[in-house]
Parts: sequence; C-alpha cells; structure tokens
Amino acid sequence: MKKTVNINKPVLPVGPFHPLQEEMEFFQLTVDGETVTDIDVRISYNHRGMEGIAETLQFDQVPYLVSRICGICSASHPLAYVQAVEEFAGITPPDRALYVRTIINELERIHSHILWAGLAGHFIGYDTVFMWAWKYREPVLDLLEEITGNRNNYGNVKVGGCREDIPDELKPKIIAEMDKLEKKVEMLTKAVLDDPVLHARLKGVGILTKEDAIRYCVTGPTARASGVAIDVRRDDPYAAYGQLDWNVIAQPEGDVFAKAVVRLLETLESAKMIKEAVVKLPKGPIAVEVREIPAGEGCGRAEAPRGETFHYVRSDGGNRPVRHKMRAPSFVNVPSFKASCLGGNISDVTITLAAVDPCYSCTERLAVVNDRTGKVLHDYESLLKLSREKTEKIRKELL
Amino acid sequence: MDRAQLIDSLTQIKNELIKVEKTNDSRFYLVCESQNACKISNFIFETLGCRFVIATAIDSEQYYEVLYHFSHDQTGTVLTVKALIRDRENPSVESLGQFIPGVLWIEREMHDLMGIEFRNHPDMRRLILADDWPEGVYPLRKKPKNEKDS
Repeated sequence: MKKTVNINKPVLPVGPFHPLQEEMEFFQLTVDGETVTDIDVRISYNHRGMEGIAETLQFDQVPYLVSRICGICSASHPLAYVQAVEEFAGITPPDRALYVRTIINELERIHSHILWAGLAGHFIGYDTVFMWAWKYREPVLDLLEEITGNRNNYGNVKVGGCREDIPDELKPKIIAEMDKLEKKVEMLTKAVLDDPVLHARLKGVGILTKEDAIRYCVTGPTARASGVAIDVRRDDPYAAYGQLDWNVIAQPEGDVFAKAVVRLLETLESAKMIKEAVVKLPKGPIAVEVREIPAGEGCGRAEAPRGETFHYVRSDGGNRPVRHKMRAPSFVNVPSFKASCLGGNISDVTITLAAVDPCYSCTERLAVVNDRTGKVLHDYESLLKLSREKTEKIRKELL
Repeated sequence: MDRAQLIDSLTQIKNELIKVEKTNDSRFYLVCESQNACKISNFIFETLGCRFVIATAIDSEQYYEVLYHFSHDQTGTVLTVKALIRDRENPSVESLGQFIPGVLWIEREMHDLMGIEFRNHPDMRRLILADDWPEGVYPLRKKPKNEKDS
C-alpha cells in the first residue's frame, strides 16, 4: 500500500501495541508541535475470526466461545448471545437464573471499573490508587470464583438459564464483601473528587461532546460521561434489572474526569444492586430444558462494563447459527478518539485513550517517531513519564 | 415518543419498504431493497433519533443482506433495516458514513469480510484483513456446496 508522507506534518505512531491495555492496536498521531491534529487507528492485528468460528459450533457451545472474546467482559458477551437465541426460540429462563445472571454481570462491572480506576491512576502517576484499586478488586474475583468456578471466563450462562447456582450459604459473604467494597470505593471516589491535582490534570482533557457522542454512536460510560444517559439495563431491561432499584449515572462534561466519576459511582450502584438481588434471589430451578432451537433471528444486548454488547444470531433450524454477529462496545467507542484527541496535547493522549477503557490487554510498547528523521522521540516509558510529569507540575503549581 | 408512535411514524417511509417484520414487541425488521437503505437509515437516525448499533452482512445464497441495527433508547426498541442486495456479482450499497461517522468502521469490516462495496465511503481502506491478504477473497462468504475447506 502506497503511503503519502507530508514532511511538514510529523506523524507519531503509537502501537501496534496499545500503550495502556495489553493488546495490539496502532494509533498514528499527526502532530503540530505538541498538539494532536489527526489520528488514525488501525486494529485487527490479532483478529480471531470468532464470527466465522461461531458458525461451526452448536448453539450450546457458542457461549464458551464468546466468553473468550474478552477476559473481562466474559459474562456480558455470552449473556447477549443467549438472550438473542432465547428471543427467537421463545425460551423464558426461570426467575432465579435471571437474578444469578444479574449478580454475575454486576460483579463483572465492579471488577472492570475498579481495574480501570487503578490503571488510570497508574498512567497519571498515582500509583497508590493503582495498588489500592487492584487490592479492592481481588475479593470480587474471589466471589466470582466461588460462584462460577473461575475468576474470569465464567462460562455461567447457557441458553435457558445458568450453569452454576449461588448457594444460600454464600449469600451473607456476598453481602459482607459488598459492604466492605462500598466503603473502599466511597473513600476512593471521595479522594478523586477532592483532589485539586486530579481536577487540574483531568478536567477539560479529552472532551467528547454530546453531539460527537451521538454522531459516533458511542455507548456505556463513554456516552454517559458525555451527557448521553443511555443504559441497556434500563432502556431495554433484561435479566432482573427491571426489578431492582438503581440509577443510571451520567455526567455532562465529556472529559476524562467525568468518565472517572461515572465509573466510580456506577461501581457503588452495582454493589447496591448486588445486595438487593442477593436478598431477593427467588427460589427454584436455574435453567429450563431446551430441546430444539427453531429457525429465526434475534438481537440480544447486554450492558457490559464498557457499554452495550450486541449480538445478532440467525438460525435456519439446524443445530448451528448460520450467522452470528458480535459487537463489543469498544468497536464504536474507539473511533470516537478522532473526536476526543484532536486539539489535545501529546501528554494527554495516553490518559484520553485510556479513559474510553478500550478492550485490549497490554504489552506496554509505544513509540513516538518524528516522521522526518525517523528518530524515536518517545517510547512507552518516556510518554508515560511525560504524562506523569504533567501531573507533578500541576501538583507543584497548586500546592 | 412511545413505541406505538415510533412504529406509526414508519408509515412516512412505507413506499421505500417491502415489509416490516415484527419478531416480538421490541424487535422490528424493516425489509427493503438495497437502493432504499440509505434513505430509510437517514430517516431512522436523523428524524427518529435512533442510535446506530452495528451492521451485519449476511450471505444468504440468493442475495447478500446488510442489516443495519438501530436502537431507539427511549423505548428500548431495536429497528433493523434489512437491505437486500440482489446483484451477487457486484454487491454494493450506499454508505451511511456521510451522516453517521460511527458506521465507517463496520462498513470497512463488511467490505473486507463479505466483499460488499459501500459507495461514497470516504475511507475504504482495509480494517480487518492484512495488507497482503489476496484481493477478491472474502472470509465470511459462504463457500459453494461442492467446495470443501482445504
């Protein structure tokens, strides 16, 4: 492929390994001095062809495949898939299964949001937040392991219900852990909201306006932090969300700070929801028997920690889907960088990209190269340093 | 706007539609010819204020289908525009990218994997396939029945 290079516009390649989360993604930033003027994102360095694979698997095998789309969203992808199948097959899972699904999905949201808070802290030089957050996340993973047998890739939903039940003796432990977690997250939220350095560092950085959020069709905390209060859990209730008392958290500002606030407050809502669901957990079976999947098509969606997960499944009456489309929220959230990074400073790029919480893992490699000389200006370490120095500078100015 | 009003408003584009299929209370499939898909999607996005979710390309043997899934978040309704592309030799459909920037990636993906051309797409580079992938090989197209996987 031929590439035209404008020597007056230096291009900074960021990737192909994403600087913050550990997976391949390539950002090419065009800069004017230290200001970002254009961004091009290339993905699919590690495309696994799951839509093709799903067509070769039987309906009951697909949940295990889609739970491996992402280690963190491994409850919401299978849930969206089984809801799509249950929709056209006319299957209604028992109430208890709906509650179990809700609890697993909220535990997933909590550990994902806390993980994000830790990483975000790390990238702006708040390593204490990083250590705290990951410590608080640990008991949540332990709970998931006790319920499903796995810390990630739970494999707990199936068409017609759930695979593993929540035993009664575990209920007090879940409630106690949520109580403890609430206190810690409240403390963390207060620390973030009260910190003048964080205000100065994150407010007004990487703004995604409401108009852009709508145009780019973003979802989840990325949309809610830009004043677009959408949440599939409320808008198109599934599992037990319609029967629980909770609030959709939205902020109007659209900057990195707003995204952090949305995630932290959502974590508290999730803890509240889990406690209520555990108390209300109905008695009865956790699955109905499914004998046959008829022909048809269905759209299943679930609110993953990063936004709406959407699965479209079509069946011709055989034992395999003839088409299975999976859309992870990052697929629509990542292109919005084009709106949120432009005009910003290079030292803000790492945290702006991280604020969307894009769904890939991290080999921590990033290079900023001057296109004219081919000389590496910054690598991952130095960009991280740049981001932290800015925080430090603000801190000194303020204190 | 409640769901009944939403569905009523679809009468404004009834001339462009072949039919509306309802699979349950909150899922509607708007079947149309491919040349009308852009106009219908524009109405759904701009006038009804729906959010574009994703698009699915399907090889259904007689024709290609492109399904644009839209979500009406106030009512929790999914409206899917099902565009039928009858020209199997040169499948193409008008790009929605001029009014929905959020559609650009998935159109590039469908172009890579299903070989559907999106007319007037501003940036039709490859998104999924590698640069050295052979031209004219589309991984998600159905193989002819007599051809086996190598």
